[in-house]
Amino acid sequence: MNFESELKKGKLIIPECNHCNKIVWPPSEFCNQCFNEVSWRTGSSKGKIIEFSKQNDNYFGLIEIENSIRVLGKISSGIPNLGQHVKIEKCGIKDGSYYFEFLLI
Amino acid sequence: MTKVGIASYGITKFSKEDSKIESVLLNSVKKLFDSNSNLNRNDIDAVLVSTNNNSKYLSAVLSEMAGIEPKIAHTVESLCNSGTNAIVSAYSYIASGLADMVLVSGAERYDSPGQVLEWDNSRGEFKHPIFWASIFTKSYKREFSITDEELAIVPVKNHKQAQNNPNAISEKLYSLEDVINSKKLTDDLRLLDCSRPCTGGASILLASEKTCKNCTDNPIWITGIGQKTTSAGFTKNMTFSSMVSTQEAASTALKMSKRDAKDIDVAEVHDAFSVCEPMALESLGLSDKGKGLELINELYATNNLKINPRGGLIGSGHPLGATGLAQTIEITQQLQLCANKRQVDNAKVGLVHNMSAAATSSTVLVLEK
Ligand SMILES: [Zn+2]
Repeated sequence: MNFESELKKGKLIIPECNHCNKIVWPPSEFCNQCFNEVSWRTGSSKGKIIEFSKQNDNYFGLIEIENSIRVLGKISSGIPNLGQHVKIEKCGIKDGSYYFEFLLI
Repeated sequence: MTKVGIASYGITKFSKEDSKIESVLLNSVKKLFDSNSNLNRNDIDAVLVSTNNNSKYLSAVLSEMAGIEPKIAHTVESLCNSGTNAIVSAYSYIASGLADMVLVSGAERYDSPGQVLEWDNSRGEFKHPIFWASIFTKSYKREFSITDEELAIVPVKNHKQAQNNPNAISEKLYSLEDVINSKKLTDDLRLLDCSRPCTGGASILLASEKTCKNCTDNPIWITGIGQKTTSAGFTKNMTFSSMVSTQEAASTALKMSKRDAKDIDVAEVHDAFSVCEPMALESLGLSDKGKGLELINELYATNNLKINPRGGLIGSGHPLGATGLAQTIEITQQLQLCANKRQVDNAKVGLVHNMSAAATSSTVLVLEK
């Protein structure tokens, strides 16, 4: 599986090292601890808000998924709070950049 | 191991000028030679260029334009702390004996490609530095119960101090109200909280102890170096209210120089955004946790120029590849007691703090007479 071709389809897949029992992030073919090849699986669509701010009327924030993957994304519903749970509404690649959009849950 | 000292330096005015990178480099090198008549081009063993510019082979190009035929010539790039990385490389060449005299020249154009780290996809579509700066600011304000109004003292102070720096881009004083009322970029960041990309160049000539003493009566020595890179991606930072790489770099540099933070008489710190100044002061050990702004307010109220006497990045402008060199030149002038209206009384020990990409990498230098 290829991370970017899946992300282009709107799917977040997660590289995991079965030797070290850890998620490898940013996504890579090889574990950054033991250099073994990673295996890929479907990731959780849920995360929590680590920090956030707002530009114009749009909230954006740092979201942590599965306690290890951290990304900046839009938070597109309501007023966020620290530690609040969110789910991925949309993700993909636009003009070469990843994008993530989250909804409060 | 030989001591390594600063034998000469040159700097251009920071501006929004549309100049070729090669001519920005050459301008500061010309000033470096103009300011010291004891220099011989044939003594220069290495030429290092610090820039994020996409032009290739710039060290060889600069060498040819400046009439130098060095043994070693290459570019050093590390986003915003390219300049101090190049100084550390020069130091290492001299300390190892591979070179005796090294010219380090940094330059950038206002439209530098180094402003955005395209690789860092963990930032999603929020790759511009204003977004990490907003997260840092929000986190710092929350952690220490700080307001936007309190943070506004940083640009007020640094623009004021820049008025005595003839090379600074800033030509205006700003009030706290000006900062608060400047364009809102995000809920946590205003336009005047930001340093500005600009065109500028700065060069330093480093040499071994003996050579340095032969060509200047007023050498300044690099006595401490500390560097730390914790990651490349912004989201790998585990705290957003302090700078881990800066803490580690400072502790290494102070240890090497056998100094303590309280020995520092004057410092240039990397105020890319308002919040970076108090955070840097705290991470460098120059103030207690959460007390950076108290120190800044106290210095401002007493007209004490100890922190960012040239106006820092916010007041001087931020030509990425030249910034670390410009900071080092300021501390050199302070220790030589030739900083004119910016002079900090009796400055004996100085510090430079230069960092990259949301504090994922930091360099700290200690300089002494
Ligand atoms: Zn592994």
